[in-house]
Amino acid sequence: MSRRRHSDDSDAGQPHKRRRTSEPSEIEERLESLICRVGEKSNSSLESNLEGLAGVLEADLPNYKSKILRILCTVARLLPEKLTVYTTLVGLLNARNYNFGGEFVEAMIRQLKECLKVNMYNEAVHLVRFLSDLVNCHVIAAPSMVAMFENFVSVTQEEDVPQVRCDWYMFAFLSSLPWVGKELYEKKDAEMDRLLSQTESYLKRRQKIHVPMLQVWTADKPHPQEEYLDCLWSQIQKLKKDRWQERHILRPYLAFDSVLCEALQHNLPPFTPPPHTEDSVYPMPRVIFRMFDYTDDPEGPVMPGSHSVERFVIEENLHCIIKSHWKERKTCAAQLLSYPGNNKIPLNYHIVEVIFAELFQLPSPPHIEVMYTTLLIELCKLQPGSLPQVLAQATEMLYMRLDTMNTTCVDRFINWFSHHLSNFQFRWSWEDWSDCLTQDLEKPKPKFVREVLEKCMRLSYHQRIIDIVPASFSVLSPANPVCIYKYGDESNRSLPGYTVALCLTIAIKNKASNDEIFSILKDVPNPNQDDDDGEGFTFNPLKIEVFVQTLLHLAAKSFSHSFSALAKFHEVFKTLAESDEGKLHVLRVVYEVWKNHPQMIAVLVDKMIRTQIVDCAAVANWIFSSELAHDFTRFYIWEILHSTIRKMNKHVLKIHKELEETKARLARQHKRRDSDDDDDDDDRSTDREDGPLEEQIERLQEKVESAQSEQKNLFLVIFQSFIMLLTEHLVRCETGGIDVFTPWYKSCIERLQQIFLQHHQIIQQYMVTLENLLFTAELDHHILAVFQQFCALQA
Amino acid sequence: LASAGSGSAAMSSGGTLSILRSDSYAELSQYRDQHFRGTRYDQERLLRKSCTLYVGNLSFYTTEEQIHELFGKSGDIKKVIMGLDKVKKTACGFCFVEYYARGDAENAMRYINGTRLDDRIIRTDWDAGFKEGRQYGRGRSGGQVRDEYRQDYDAGRGGYGKTVQCQ
Repeated sequence: MSRRRHSDDSDAGQPHKRRRTSEPSEIEERLESLICRVGEKSNSSLESNLEGLAGVLEADLPNYKSKILRILCTVARLLPEKLTVYTTLVGLLNARNYNFGGEFVEAMIRQLKECLKVNMYNEAVHLVRFLSDLVNCHVIAAPSMVAMFENFVSVTQEEDVPQVRCDWYMFAFLSSLPWVGKELYEKKDAEMDRLLSQTESYLKRRQKIHVPMLQVWTADKPHPQEEYLDCLWSQIQKLKKDRWQERHILRPYLAFDSVLCEALQHNLPPFTPPPHTEDSVYPMPRVIFRMFDYTDDPEGPVMPGSHSVERFVIEENLHCIIKSHWKERKTCAAQLLSYPGNNKIPLNYHIVEVIFAELFQLPSPPHIEVMYTTLLIELCKLQPGSLPQVLAQATEMLYMRLDTMNTTCVDRFINWFSHHLSNFQFRWSWEDWSDCLTQDLEKPKPKFVREVLEKCMRLSYHQRIIDIVPASFSVLSPANPVCIYKYGDESNRSLPGYTVALCLTIAIKNKASNDEIFSILKDVPNPNQDDDDGEGFTFNPLKIEVFVQTLLHLAAKSFSHSFSALAKFHEVFKTLAESDEGKLHVLRVVYEVWKNHPQMIAVLVDKMIRTQIVDCAAVANWIFSSELAHDFTRFYIWEILHSTIRKMNKHVLKIHKELEETKARLARQHKRRDSDDDDDDDDRSTDREDGPLEEQIERLQEKVESAQSEQKNLFLVIFQSFIMLLTEHLVRCETGGIDVFTPWYKSCIERLQQIFLQHHQIIQQYMVTLENLLFTAELDHHILAVFQQFCALQA
Repeated sequence: LASAGSGSAAMSSGGTLSILRSDSYAELSQYRDQHFRGTRYDQERLLRKSCTLYVGNLSFYTTEEQIHELFGKSGDIKKVIMGLDKVKKTACGFCFVEYYARGDAENAMRYINGTRLDDRIIRTDWDAGFKEGRQYGRGRSGGQVRDEYRQDYDAGRGGYGKTVQCQ
């Protein structure tokens, strides 16, 4: 054990004696804890804590160097919000121990290469930024950093590589400049000018077809939704114009200037960006979400402008904090609120903007949606006098801009707002939104309010919603979620099947079996007498109608009652819904019975897919059927469709996993046998051992193929249906000379976009088929544009 | 399929940090079901891989539908089982929510536990798994134990506690 120097810093340490008996893993834990905690709230100043920690670590280097290297590399990668704290620490260590500094830089380069190899690009950016800030700490020589950036920028000269690859290297370069631009420009201005001019020409020539698909709002007012590289470039240009003066970033190393400038610097080894491979997957482009500017908080500190580098740094750091603490909502809220600079920036506004940026991010939020709701509630608890007002202001602004908000983002806004309200007794100044009452119900604002009220009802009950809105809002209130039983009233006794319905009702109440149900249904006439298919399974819509209506009506009391009914009479369902038309008709009847209760429809459809009464393609066909045209733009329909697609995707993954596991088992079996090879040369017994596993693999292989084929078919059905509906609309508008852009059209085309975006990884597999079969050049350019924008995302 | 961007997967040269592994909301609580059949060890093993949550402090009027809507926000629900008064067979303020995937249950513990349903702060905890009989309250009067001895008035849970009511 090393003889450790005692330090006055209370964080530093353990007495010499105890250390001798500690386990290595305990020591590593303690070192990690010391390093991670530096920079947190403390009685001592950050500078004295850093000084103390540097002393402790220096003393531990002889025995724990590799552990310390590992921990420091990891904090560089995973705690970017504390970047400058740790670069300062490394700077101090380098000043005391030049070799250690060199080894650290080498370890960082190794880590960077590894990140790039395994597609961890977001973390790689943090590493690059860390390296660049090490220039400020006199650990890395500026010219060698410039050389690395020269290699980064030259990636834009590579041929036949995806644009997203060049984008990443450009982003890694530009996003480091707020930290190190000044120093690099001071030392190597000619080289930097050249790099910046190369940057400018790259940004001018790169394509931006993908942008419309990723914008939260389609309007440029009040805040343009800029492509992320464009925005960053404007910010860097402004920074350069300001002679690289950057005043927001906390730079602890400035206090140690006298110590650090005595240190010897290291040169970065020449860094060749790893080549593009088939397995490379680069981050998707982004659009910067902005909803606030300095006019929104007239009382408080001024919000940095959209092209100021301060804005970039603040947003980056807040996003990093959420990424670090997303699992711990209280910690996350506290960390966000203790972001330094509280009195110089309108922190609450930045926090709310960053959270909504994530919630509305396309294609998907970085974290599960419900996290953001709960995080905002925690923030309101911690800042009850200020945050709720900012949130209310934000909600109002989002409402005002609904007309140009992307449909997917509106979905998330609806979910967030209704869930938020349910935590605050649904208190809201609805009258402020009376403007929506005079609009066509299909317009975004009234539609939004209707969907919010429906979701609020799901979290409470119908009368509650009637009570919380002004009487004038009754036109937007949700229907009372009651079931509609067509055979219920005596007045309906002339309907075909009425008597059978009565019979069924009595039988089911008397706990009839499936067989008894079959025999009662036998007498139901088939309105489609001639549609008898060769198999002998007749599609009898009336049988389906009578059975499903009656059963669902009897089981209407709760979800559990309905699920029990589906389970008990599963056999009847399977038989009646044997054919594709049968499946479609079952879904139609479910809708007819429960159209007032969309939530019930959704859970029934889910259960029927899981119990294989209907299949995913049937649900897709049903959603696009003319019977559902009236509800086509309602939120619940798309929740059902996306839930259906997700079930299909999970199913494919599950079987794939089974196949891989079985293959692995076989491989292990072979391995075991190979190691015993010398003793056993009885071929027959080894074949016998393999047999069952090989059979299983064959069966699973078939299952995987069939599942993938079903998945492909599902997407084809969906895309084909979209194309048909949209083409119809476009043709109608053209011949009628009316404007294409109706609320229905906007909703429909954005729903098509949503399919691509939400399931992009799976859809990538079927690109060739989609291109050759469906999204061909003959397609109307409005529809084709969506496909092209999607292709541009990974181009 | 490789996914670009951030990987929280441990890397051979780095791994992760214990402060970032902190997941206090998803940890086991101190509560252990005294009626559990098996050892403490068995119970904890089941709790650690369970997809089922116990949900408490519900209003007697909260429906399965409301629970489904709220808890559906963290993932697909396999089953909701309403807690019932053993005598009256009516809702008595608790339920079980079972997910298909443990990750979805963990998210419920992180983001739904401690928030409101029917204006009440609800509490979720890991459950070792539903068994027939566990849907009934264990209080002497048929409801939950906590409603036996409760001194305060709670309109959503039958008013005063049973002992108080009998006075």
